[in-house]
Amino acid sequence: MKDIINSSQLMSTRDAFGEALVEVGKEKKNVIVLTADLSQATRTFLFARVFPERFFNLGICEQNMMGVAAGLATTGFIPVATSLAIFATGRAYEQIRNTIAHSNFNVKIIGSHGGISMGEDGSTHQSIEDIALMRVIPNMTVIVPADAPQTKKAVRAAIEYKGPVYIRLGRPKLPIVTDTKSKFVIGKADVLRRGNDVSIVACGVMVIQALKAADILASRGINARVINMHTIKPLDLKILSLASGETGALIVAEDHSVIGGLGSATLEALACIENRPPVYQVGVYDVFGESGDPNDLIEKYGLSPQSIVKGVERVLPLKKRKKRRQNKMFIDGRSEESVPTKNQTSGSGEK
Amino acid sequence: MRHKVEIIKELERKASIARQEVVKMTSNANSGHLGGSLSCIEILVALYFHQLKHDPKNPSWAKRDRFILSKGHAAPALYAILALRGYFPKEELSSLRKINSRLQGMPDNRKTPGVEVSTGSLGQGLSVALGMALGFKLAGRKNHVYALLGDGELDEGQIWEAAMFASARKINNVTVFVDRNYGQNDGRTEEVLSIEPIVSKWLACGWNVFEVNGHNIKEILDVLDRSMENRSKPTILIAKTVKGKGISFVENKHEYHARPLPRELVNQAIAELEKR
Repeated sequence: MKDIINSSQLMSTRDAFGEALVEVGKEKKNVIVLTADLSQATRTFLFARVFPERFFNLGICEQNMMGVAAGLATTGFIPVATSLAIFATGRAYEQIRNTIAHSNFNVKIIGSHGGISMGEDGSTHQSIEDIALMRVIPNMTVIVPADAPQTKKAVRAAIEYKGPVYIRLGRPKLPIVTDTKSKFVIGKADVLRRGNDVSIVACGVMVIQALKAADILASRGINARVINMHTIKPLDLKILSLASGETGALIVAEDHSVIGGLGSATLEALACIENRPPVYQVGVYDVFGESGDPNDLIEKYGLSPQSIVKGVERVLPLKKRKKRRQNKMFIDGRSEESVPTKNQTSGSGEK
Repeated sequence: MRHKVEIIKELERKASIARQEVVKMTSNANSGHLGGSLSCIEILVALYFHQLKHDPKNPSWAKRDRFILSKGHAAPALYAILALRGYFPKEELSSLRKINSRLQGMPDNRKTPGVEVSTGSLGQGLSVALGMALGFKLAGRKNHVYALLGDGELDEGQIWEAAMFASARKINNVTVFVDRNYGQNDGRTEEVLSIEPIVSKWLACGWNVFEVNGHNIKEILDVLDRSMENRSKPTILIAKTVKGKGISFVENKHEYHARPLPRELVNQAIAELEKR
């Protein structure tokens, strides 16, 4: 595990996205890329260089971009509409809701610079609500990849999926934390580290933080399971259910508001579970960020490995003694009836 | 010009029937936007009974022209026209706005045959029309895209984002109508925000602009013909209309912006419309 974390191949998920678009664009001639005056930031200039005829810069017009994307989708193209996460999902929220998702149009929405870890531009550019905004829309799929290789796979999966997808990307350069050989399946999370004392469910930049926290915890004799919940919607209920039953305590970590994101989605999923485990949310606690070096921001706003460790210290005493088996989950009347055995989870990227 | 008198007469008769259907279905639903539905009838008749390449028996025909009712509040007008054209049975009009109906308060492409895009949230239809038109251009397809905007809708910032984009990318396979009926939800357009001068605004955005009497079908068809010649720009037709057109006691009455006729006035209205 350490070898993987300490890989020297640092790369941001937005850089990986830029490369992935060019690769996908070579194979799929119906992919069209749109941006709203942010081709550098979103790395779509890489696509523009190779496929200028399939690239459109719409100017600083996110709302029009989403409508144009919807129209393109009706003519058989696969539009990829890109901006910073805050503007893609915030400025054009209602266009995405009423004109894209309502008709289930095949539009891919990419928000780069997600979270407070985008850094120096400060709070007006730090999106801590985008996961919530996209997750609440019917028909929308929401993906937050954890590293560069996973981003490339996620982009491909999103293009192959029929329907609207939101992918949140980040600015920080990240190590590789996922199994580069594993298959990416929308809605199927990966267990990156085994452990039965507590589960850390994380997405995006917080996955590496979770792995670092697990190292700290291991040195204290606590074996944490680390789950990379790369798809926020649809949420992997099976992996959550297993984690609840087998580890009895959960930490959910995201570079996002604790209201409405992965933490909320997890709590909603667990709301009606038998023997609900204690859950601690690591995230931004309902405040706006500020300018600063991403590392300093991560520290100040409670997104560091130490914050996760503190969360574990909070939930462990609340854990009920009895070891539980997997619990049935009920969400919107749907139940996860099948009880997968532990062996079956190894197929989801568990190492 | 070359549009025969008999044909125009027949289209005018269609317009009268469509108006009657609008009055009946909205009163029956006891809700709906009467004024703005009645103001755009001739535009829709000109499009659906003459201009558009379409096949009511095959709403997803690949070579069809597209029409987007960006002012989705005029859904009753669109439904009347679609029913008259055979997209669905006329009897279904009485299900407007009722539970389990295919005829939603605003156009819904998931439910209604012939509706291309769900609209009603104002200011969004033009962008979608441009995306379609751009898609057809990129694919080398000949389909033409039409859209109908409300004049109140021009308040929306997204309209002007789209207006700039269309001319910047020379999207010339799109024709847009503005239903210039001078009314919006809170009153007269010029009192709510003031959108004049409309013509020079669109000219400044790089569009071909035509003005037309939106209740004169012959004029609409003639201007459409002229607008198709030497197309290098996106084209907009500012259609002067009257809100509530066709019924003397509804015309220019703001109270019928978002309301149907009371049932006791329906027969009187139908009688007036039949005389036309």
